[in-house]
Amino acid sequence: MAQKIAVIDYGMGNLRSVSKAIEHVAGDAEVRATDDPGYIAAAERVVFPGQGAARDCMRAIGEHHLNRAVMDAAESKPFLGICMGLQVLLRHSEENDGTDLLGLFGGEVKRFDGLTQGDNGLPLKIPHMGWSRVRHVQKHALWAEIPDDSRFYFVHSYRVVPEDVSVIAATTDYGVRFASAIARDNVFATQFHPEKSADMGLQLLRNFVHWNP
Amino acid sequence: MGLAKRIIPCLDVDAGRVVKGVQFVDIRDAGDPVEVARRYNEEGADEITFLDITATAHERDTIVHVVEQVASEVFIPLTVGGGIRKADDVLRMLDAGADKVAINSAAVFNPEFVKEVTDRFGSQCIVVAIDAKRVEDHWEIFTHGGRKPTGIDAVGWAKRMADYGAGEILLTSMDRDGTKIGFDNVLTRAVAEAVPIPVIASGGVGELQHLVDGVKEGGADAVLAASIFHFAEYSVGEAKRFMADQGIEIRL
Repeated sequence: MAQKIAVIDYGMGNLRSVSKAIEHVAGDAEVRATDDPGYIAAAERVVFPGQGAARDCMRAIGEHHLNRAVMDAAESKPFLGICMGLQVLLRHSEENDGTDLLGLFGGEVKRFDGLTQGDNGLPLKIPHMGWSRVRHVQKHALWAEIPDDSRFYFVHSYRVVPEDVSVIAATTDYGVRFASAIARDNVFATQFHPEKSADMGLQLLRNFVHWNP
Repeated sequence: MGLAKRIIPCLDVDAGRVVKGVQFVDIRDAGDPVEVARRYNEEGADEITFLDITATAHERDTIVHVVEQVASEVFIPLTVGGGIRKADDVLRMLDAGADKVAINSAAVFNPEFVKEVTDRFGSQCIVVAIDAKRVEDHWEIFTHGGRKPTGIDAVGWAKRMADYGAGEILLTSMDRDGTKIGFDNVLTRAVAEAVPIPVIASGGVGELQHLVDGVKEGGADAVLAASIFHFAEYSVGEAKRFMADQGIEIRL
């Protein structure tokens, strides 16, 4: 039977492109954007995207009664967090005057300072928007066929600072060197958007679809 | 530093067809925005912008179908502008698969609209498009395709839109649009220095050096061009290599 891939839909952001990109690489898998905890529990793989502000995301997860379903999935099966779906895995964010998050990973989500200068002599722009290099700092099955320092597409104003640096799977430089992907056991989560990162992004999603941690 | 400057080909779409013509020898239907977008993606475009110039309301749905089709096979950021007046218009485009929506005259008529949609959908997906023209010693916002002056100072307006939560500014010089003599780099720099968010330079590109100048002189984070790519004078790939050869950080 074809595997089921759940894209968790809690009303925060554009899930269509995530679902479409996974469908594009997932062969005959059934890809469904859903807020049904039963489907999420039954799925072989779970993708956890998200956009917007930390507090709104946490509120939406609560309103959809998904806290348990997200945590269960993150503790039991291949799980891919994207953008806000990475950030809310940490314990706490500076955003919205401080927001408590899911706490699967120790650490903080901090705003970019935006003080350093870019190569055009202007202060770095926030959000960090565009294609930046992603440097692998951990060997991982999701980096298969992806050259080190490949560019991926980012849009974010906050960055994750995990307590345990050994979970950092990749770093990116934007004024500061920050964790652009983290990984532990069955969880992989990226600050960048693989679904918007052309061939390299599709390759990462393909790797996820075949990943057996 | 790390962040690549973006090259954004722009398609003007009228009732679901690319206008101004596109000349690619190996494209079956050069007026089909889906085929053209696919081609730009293959050439390495960093994003694609669709500007819907459809005049009649009932034909405006066609852009939604265009975006749906492109988003299901082109996996880079897509921006849609033109005719966005209500929050529902933004929602429709995002649901269709757009990543960002560009708002132009609706922001001028009702600046609070920008606050409303950035609160609801997030700054990351709201681009404010500004059409500016030089008037004496400053630049003013014009609406109606550059015909109608508003008396609003363009630099101040850009700042205000950034304060209201816009994630990016798409800045078009109406003095340069269609001239092929290059961006108004003084305007671009004035806006780029005034706002903390990324600025896309637009209007006037006629040769590849203009793209370089937009970044180096204008301080743009991204450069947008339509006709040089449409008429296949240059491919997106050629433009990227040219810029990289001039020392600009580019995704190749």
